[in-house]
Amino acid sequence: MSAGADTFGAVDRGRGGAFRRLSDLLFRQPRLLLAILLGPPILWVGVIYIGSLFALLVQSFFHLDDFSGLVVPELTLSTYAELLRPSNLDIIVRTVVMAAVVTIVAAFIAFPIAYYAARYARGRWKALFYLGVMLPLWSSYLVRVYAWKLILAKEGILTWLAEAFHLTWLLDAVLAIPVIGGPSLSISYIGTFIVFVYIWLPFMILPVQAALERVPASLLEASADLGARPSQTFRSVILPLALPGIVAGSIFTFSLTLGDYIIPQIIGTSRLFIGQAVYTQQGTAGNIPLAAAFTVVPIVIMGIYLTIAKRLGAFDAL
Amino acid sequence: MTNGPPSSLSLKLAAAAGLLFLHLPLALIFLYAFTTEDKSYQFPPPGYTLDWFEIAWNRSDIWKALWLSVRIAAVSTTIALVLGTLAAGAVSRSRFFGRESISLLLILPIALPGIITGISLRAAFALADIPFSFITIVLGHATFCVVVVYNNAVARLRRTSGSLIEASMDLGADGFQTFRYVILPNLGTALLAGGMLAFALSFDEVIVTTFTAGQQTTLPIWMLSELIRPRQRPVTNVVAVFVITVTFLPILAAYYLTRERAEVAGQGK
Repeated sequence: MSAGADTFGAVDRGRGGAFRRLSDLLFRQPRLLLAILLGPPILWVGVIYIGSLFALLVQSFFHLDDFSGLVVPELTLSTYAELLRPSNLDIIVRTVVMAAVVTIVAAFIAFPIAYYAARYARGRWKALFYLGVMLPLWSSYLVRVYAWKLILAKEGILTWLAEAFHLTWLLDAVLAIPVIGGPSLSISYIGTFIVFVYIWLPFMILPVQAALERVPASLLEASADLGARPSQTFRSVILPLALPGIVAGSIFTFSLTLGDYIIPQIIGTSRLFIGQAVYTQQGTAGNIPLAAAFTVVPIVIMGIYLTIAKRLGAFDAL
Repeated sequence: MTNGPPSSLSLKLAAAAGLLFLHLPLALIFLYAFTTEDKSYQFPPPGYTLDWFEIAWNRSDIWKALWLSVRIAAVSTTIALVLGTLAAGAVSRSRFFGRESISLLLILPIALPGIITGISLRAAFALADIPFSFITIVLGHATFCVVVVYNNAVARLRRTSGSLIEASMDLGADGFQTFRYVILPNLGTALLAGGMLAFALSFDEVIVTTFTAGQQTTLPIWMLSELIRPRQRPVTNVVAVFVITVTFLPILAAYYLTRERAEVAGQGK
């Protein structure tokens, strides 16, 4: 009641004059109000973010003079020709393959969690599941990468567990696999892969869960009434309806893997990913044009990806 | 969806295993903060001690990094709160050309890899001859924090009945009074939650920051350099434990602030 009295008091005091007139003006001119509301955020993101992005793209058409080591501000495609060298193409392919595998595996691990949380968890359990996903999502990225350094290190807990269960042979066999193996898990593609999946998993769970929660129970009952077995209902009703959620989640897992340079730097081999290539090119090598050209790769891939995702209705599941 | 037949054991196991996978690694950090071994990551730790907490407490470089991170997060969150609320107000109150693109524009800074945001800002600062400073870090952080506040505010405004605002206007309140007495109280907890998440996001950010910080050291940058060139590993663990605790609290608070509404949203239609 007191809040109401407050309101009336404020009205009674009759804040006439400027405030009232401005308020009336904004009410009669919704476009003006809209411009005032929308102006600052659009300007901020437009100028600072899109503007910077544009500045970067322009630089990708400059090139580095090999002799002086200076950036030559003339429009040229030679930096892109450099990008297509075999060694650079290797980096791009390696990153895209890693992003794809991480995304697929994350979807498989995320689905049961999201499904259980959306369909069976109630009350306190629902809260537990929600927090169980939100806490890792928002808690420190570096700390979580660091935790895996402790686990995967040669003298770490995984080696200890393998010894305790007499499974050292298995660990050695895994490490002996060519290409993805290595001297220890923390210096191998397997290690990089595990950490990527671990770090991005919450980004996959949340949209899938949101999509599953929107599936009406009546639809599932109808499917059962029409004689479908649970597995049929799952395949032809639940899965297609969950797909936009999976696609929405994959936007994050895919994009974040494409651009990350810290995880492969801390846990992984010395072979570079796109993020690391960008970092070294702009840093030690001082080749901003090539670094810029490298960043165009994930931008183009994500552009295509987002367009397809939009068609599949993934944005409604975000 | 409502309760169907009871869940199968394999589903329960898969869900439980997934959650354990998400949480066990964090528990290890706590264990390692007490180890007496400081050269390697030996497991199980040969002994336990509380010394590292005291050593970390007396390190001035950690305090400096922490203070810088807190100031940056506070300023970035404030900017994000203003910009995010404005954008949410515009999108939820009216229909206009390009309305759908606003969400996309705001989400872009976190949907595209952080390294793109980072190197773009660095390239732009270089072109415009802006030296690295407190402000250059804040510019980057505020940009990707806006979407967090925006998402929270838009979700709440969508559930706030428009008739409430009409009633307020009918009773003679002007636009500002309606905002102050009707919209803001409704929006309050959503903004608080969004603000806390934005704070956590900024406090923890490292990828964009490495490009916009120059020689400055925020707490995540301090940790990154310790990860690459470790000096006293257990001290890093102590800081990690501290960071986990500091970021968990606002996340828990944000959850409880938006909980009832989240349950409503979760009912499905």
